Amino acid sequence: MLHAAHALVAVNPVPWARAQMAFTLAAHIILVPLGVSWAFMALIANYRGLKKNEPESIVLAQRWSKYMAVTFAVGAVSGTVLTFEFGLLWPRFMGQWGEAFGIPFAFEGIFFFLEAIFIAIYIYGWQRLKPWAHFWTGVPVVLSGILGAASVVAANAWMNEPSGFTMDAAGQITSVDPWGVIFNKAMPLQALHMIVAAYVVGGFLIASVYAMGMLRGRRDRYHRIGFLIPFTVAIVFSPIQMLVGDALARWVYSNQPEKFAAIELVPHTASDVPETLLGHLNADGTVTGGIPIPGLASWLSNPGTGKATVVQGLNTEPVENQPTIDEVNIVHLSWDVMVGLGTFLALLSVWYALSWLIKRDMPKSRWFLRIAASTGVLAVITMEAGWVVTEVGRQPWIVYNLMRVENAATGNTGVWVTFLGVLALYVGVAVTLILVLRLMSRRYRGEEDGGDDDVPYGPRSTPDLDESVVP
Amino acid sequence: MSTAAAVVLFIGILAYAVFGGADFGAGFWDLIAGGAEGGARPRGVIEHAIGPVWEANHVWLIFVWVVLWTCFPVAYASITLTVFVPLTIAAFGIVLRGSGFAFRKTVTRTSSKRNFGAAFAASSVLVPYCLGAVVGAIASGRIPAGGVAGDPWGSWINPTSILGGVMAVVMVAYLASVYLVWDARRVADDEMVDYFRRRAVVAAIVAGVVAFAGIFVLHHDAPFLYGGLTSRGLPAVIVSALCGVGSLVLLMRHAAHGARLLAAGAVGTIVLGWGMAQWDYALPQTLTVAQAAAPSGTIVGVLVATGLAAALLGPSFVLLYTMDQRSLLPGEGVHDQVSGSEAS
Repeated sequence: MLHAAHALVAVNPVPWARAQMAFTLAAHIILVPLGVSWAFMALIANYRGLKKNEPESIVLAQRWSKYMAVTFAVGAVSGTVLTFEFGLLWPRFMGQWGEAFGIPFAFEGIFFFLEAIFIAIYIYGWQRLKPWAHFWTGVPVVLSGILGAASVVAANAWMNEPSGFTMDAAGQITSVDPWGVIFNKAMPLQALHMIVAAYVVGGFLIASVYAMGMLRGRRDRYHRIGFLIPFTVAIVFSPIQMLVGDALARWVYSNQPEKFAAIELVPHTASDVPETLLGHLNADGTVTGGIPIPGLASWLSNPGTGKATVVQGLNTEPVENQPTIDEVNIVHLSWDVMVGLGTFLALLSVWYALSWLIKRDMPKSRWFLRIAASTGVLAVITMEAGWVVTEVGRQPWIVYNLMRVENAATGNTGVWVTFLGVLALYVGVAVTLILVLRLMSRRYRGEEDGGDDDVPYGPRSTPDLDESVVP
Repeated sequence: MSTAAAVVLFIGILAYAVFGGADFGAGFWDLIAGGAEGGARPRGVIEHAIGPVWEANHVWLIFVWVVLWTCFPVAYASITLTVFVPLTIAAFGIVLRGSGFAFRKTVTRTSSKRNFGAAFAASSVLVPYCLGAVVGAIASGRIPAGGVAGDPWGSWINPTSILGGVMAVVMVAYLASVYLVWDARRVADDEMVDYFRRRAVVAAIVAGVVAFAGIFVLHHDAPFLYGGLTSRGLPAVIVSALCGVGSLVLLMRHAAHGARLLAAGAVGTIVLGWGMAQWDYALPQTLTVAQAAAPSGTIVGVLVATGLAAALLGPSFVLLYTMDQRSLLPGEGVHDQVSGSEAS
């Protein structure tokens, strides 16, 4: 009996550790764009409100800061879970590489501290700080969000391009160059790609809510500004993201050929490689299905040599160092999803820009609003797909060419229990988060009908504190 | 070099205990504040006191993890492998606490407030207990060195770990009650000043009793730690006891400001005492700080980051705490009519 119970509990932790890490990261990464870019958009609204004396913009900035308070809190704690998981799930990885991998986090810590301090001041400072002084307390939030994201991505980039250390024959790190760790060669483009993604995704996510409101007939000035600010931010950054992504893909071509082979579904080294849309790799190394565009993968890899560009195939590496067939197919499909949706979002910016050029206004048709309302979800899917390409594409390595995932994981056999627990907890928190945000929005709409208290920088005679504490 | 890293790590632990600890303790008082009606006023003070600062205070925990895994990766791996269970519970508790608190502030229905409040408050007790138990596991030498897993249950269910967990809960509750006296005074609520003052006196006495009982537990269960606390760590222990008694006297005399500083001193020095007692071990009797330390390049990197942090964060924290203490950060956004009317 005890034996059976023990066997039930003792499950190979590696797949569960991977699943838990993937799940918690996938959840956290949705909150990241809001943490990084929402403050920037709130400051635009705040600035407009102060400069043009536009009350709708001020109300918008003020309400956004209240939503941010909730999403930032959930993002902060879901980020903390990751710091526990590094050790709980990957102790052997941390034990061996912590002295190098950990360094970017020391700097990330500073920026997270700054962000937490100034976001609190900004959110809580509306009532009693002078308007412009209050505005400036938001600026460090924007800067630390960008630098914090760059630091975290530096650590991830280091896993793709481990550098800045020397090892002895036994594989133990003997010396570390912190600068070389942080500014590893994968870092600049990967960090830029994520930061721009944060602005694209954050912009579309927020704009899609107001697009939804406009579709439901709320076409007042408040909704219009609430849509225009984030949508414009997203629209400006999405074509930039195409360029950054293109540069990064070419970097992967040169530096992580196995990942690139999975991305482009290339079983054997060849030139004149087609860009296969969809399709999949079979166990025997053949590719079936999909729409091949002749020579395009080669051409994109290096336009200088065009179709003649040689793309390294998956089979260059011994089988045990290749991603599995399933992993290759996941990477390729995710790549198609990311590039497809990313291109769609960039094309949307052309529509929007043309409308401004010609009509001096945003497109007003219901079709445009319907598409705009869907961009939030689409942008999140695009980002998640991109992250899957990075992570699954590195398999079987956790530290590229140096440590395999199965050698990094914990030996604790109860990880499947913690995974199920995390799953339940996160689903609960996510559902509640959405309900709470909706509740707030509904309450604000209720206020608009009768309330007149929503006046930032207004009279200071009755701060709510006195009312809630003193009966 | 490794000593400098250990000092930085310990500064982080101290700051988390004194600042983050008080936020957890506030959750303890929230938990036992009674029904929705009777508990509304103390909860109002608690919410007001920790609202603007808890996230920044919470980052100290992340700071501690980062310094630990970067400067002492082997020790970090051993700790996370062995005390997997309490750390997992703590991580869950942190999620529940943060989101529970953030959600409670925003909802208005009493039943929702109660549910989120329960999640926030119960996990505010659970997390310090688990972290205290982990400290007990480390201090009593139950974490084997070399990145191998020790006893997954006995490492944290043992006399020293239970003492560590209980001490952590009692200390943060004591700290928070003393801080809350000051916070209640700040919002000029005399009844609440008295409310928290009475609780602070009780908490101070309980903390003293638990600490005294702890001497016997450690003598029996963790002789190395006991030896350290009665030799190298003795000055810190004595200062802690004096601070504790001093804060109790000041509380009786209604000197909330001084009591607050002495309470922080009492908690800070007992944590410091633990560090001094196990010096120079990272994991007592199996792994020294020097053996666990990362290469010097790593430590230089972390020290540079720490210097930068001190330069940037020092003034920022002063700004946040000053604004908070001067009631310049009274609430989120502007006065919210609906929630305001239901909260009172």
